[in-house]
Amino acid sequence: MEESSLLPPVVLVHRPPALDFIDEHLSRHSFTALYTHTSLEDSLQDFLSSHAASVRAVVSLGRLPIPAEFISNLPSLEIVVCASVGFDHVDLDECRRRGVVITNAGDAYGEDVADLAVGLLISVIRRIAAVDRYVRSGQWTRLWDYPLGFKLNRKKVGIVGLGSIGSLVAKRLEPFGCIISYNSRNPKPDVPYAYYSNILSLAADNDFLILCCSLTDETHHIVNREVMETLGKNGVIINIGRGGLIDEKEMVKCLVNGVIWGVGLDVFENEPEVPEELFGLENVVLSPHAAGMTAESLNNISEVAIANLKAFFADQPLMFTVQLD
Amino acid sequence: MESIGVLMMCPMSSYLENELQKRFNLLRFWTSPEKSVFLETHRNSIRAVVGNAFAGADAQLINDLPKLEIVSSFSVGLDKIDLGICKDKGIRVTNTPDVLTEDVADLAIGLIIALLRRLCECDRYVRSGKWKQGDFKLTTKFSGKSVGIIGLGRIGTAIAKRAEAFSCPINYYSRTVKPDVAYKYYPTVVDLAKNSDILVVACPLSDETRHIVNRQVMDALGPKGVLINIGRGPHVDEQELVKALTEGRLGGAALDVFEKEPHVPEELFGLENVVLLPHVGSGTVETRNAMADLVVGNLEAHFSGKSLLTPVV
Repeated sequence: MEESSLLPPVVLVHRPPALDFIDEHLSRHSFTALYTHTSLEDSLQDFLSSHAASVRAVVSLGRLPIPAEFISNLPSLEIVVCASVGFDHVDLDECRRRGVVITNAGDAYGEDVADLAVGLLISVIRRIAAVDRYVRSGQWTRLWDYPLGFKLNRKKVGIVGLGSIGSLVAKRLEPFGCIISYNSRNPKPDVPYAYYSNILSLAADNDFLILCCSLTDETHHIVNREVMETLGKNGVIINIGRGGLIDEKEMVKCLVNGVIWGVGLDVFENEPEVPEELFGLENVVLSPHAAGMTAESLNNISEVAIANLKAFFADQPLMFTVQLD
Repeated sequence: MESIGVLMMCPMSSYLENELQKRFNLLRFWTSPEKSVFLETHRNSIRAVVGNAFAGADAQLINDLPKLEIVSSFSVGLDKIDLGICKDKGIRVTNTPDVLTEDVADLAIGLIIALLRRLCECDRYVRSGKWKQGDFKLTTKFSGKSVGIIGLGRIGTAIAKRAEAFSCPINYYSRTVKPDVAYKYYPTVVDLAKNSDILVVACPLSDETRHIVNRQVMDALGPKGVLINIGRGPHVDEQELVKALTEGRLGGAALDVFEKEPHVPEELFGLENVVLLPHVGSGTVETRNAMADLVVGNLEAHFSGKSLLTPVV
């Protein structure tokens, strides 16, 4: 047996300094963790070259970018374990070229994201955030003195991307009497919802759109001006996927000009930057990429990451590997 | 029918006002500064009262209107109408059931998620620019939490069906056990509160259910439990609620109704574990119009000798 296999496996953790929920899990399961954010004097490149040259596994949190240069400084890298469902922050071409495997969080926090999507939809059309603000400001002095919301029952909801999260959203909306349809790369068998082969026809036939797909070259700005015009002036878009799914500049114009009615957003193109024009709009609910941020979800995410790290170091099968082709 | 006097108790819907005005002699109670003089003047022409959750027909009003034949409420709740006197005097009463069930149930779920996931606070956090300084904190998961419903009528049942889609185990309290219901029954509200993460008030307001959520119930719900009130303000002992929230004995509350609307205790304005709405349970364009159509439809039916659409008495 090689001497190195008796040492706790080394894992390189690439995360924002404040996002430390996985640290305790790593030490509890006897991993030796190196943290890129502790490299205060060195540049990231120097840190990687001097400390991490033999690292085989990286844990990625908080969507900190993992570009080609990062990967090229890790000649022994074989796996990137993402503590999120999204992996668009990793240079996929470089991973494909190097044969680096990527795993994501699978369904670890799908329920919380789906809950938030439904919560955002109800909050937008029933004006919950705006009206709570109205009451707290002491303005409720006369009865029956506020704009009404809109009914959810029998509204047509189009889900963009019927993956694990999209399916959870659909299941939750069913008892609200919503008529659910979806757009996906391919129709899903055994699914009781109508399939639309493109987002434009989905927008034409629906009242509300909920974006649940991953961000790829294909889906970048999939919601553009034409889609919003087609959705129409009573349309609402909920985005719990990635900011880049929507042409944000056009969306702001469409909201300001009444081309669509409202939006509920958990994600933005350039977080934490949010277009300030949105702050003055009442039919908009904004959330700081918080869809997966509950204690239960962070725990589930950690468990999935740990399980994959253990499997990787023991040459066992991995869960939730991402298809790079 | 244009000579029939219909007394509308307060502003509730301009669509309803227009529809009533087309058909009847609509008298707007809130426009007159001297209420007793107003009633004296019109007492012999008022044959119908249109009320709502805020103002209906109490004993005093009914006694002041000798020609009153029907009270048509723009609400499903009847707590502002003296039903006993109406029965005694043969005055018909109608309300607006079913058409608002979905909207109220939708709002109950919306309130639960907004409260547990701090949606209003998140929205404020982003709008204030604070997100640039750091991520928002962790919030509480909704899916899988136990939901305890007080009152399993139309609205309570609709709330249960929605919560089931979030994998929530459903408990309930009712005056009697409902036979064909798969949810867990608790014989007292305190027991229900002890065994539920989220307590929802969905029963009618009556003498028995006034302050049905009292200090004991709130303590049983506890610092991790939350209260959702989409019923009537007087269901909850509001003074005790404010104390329980400010002292941290109750985890949170989302309230669409208050004991003395539009008054809301100011101590609540600064709390991040509350959501406060101004009685918007049925507040959608579609539903308010459907409610108005029912009010008008009931009055038309009555004055043309046909069967009432949604009679209560």
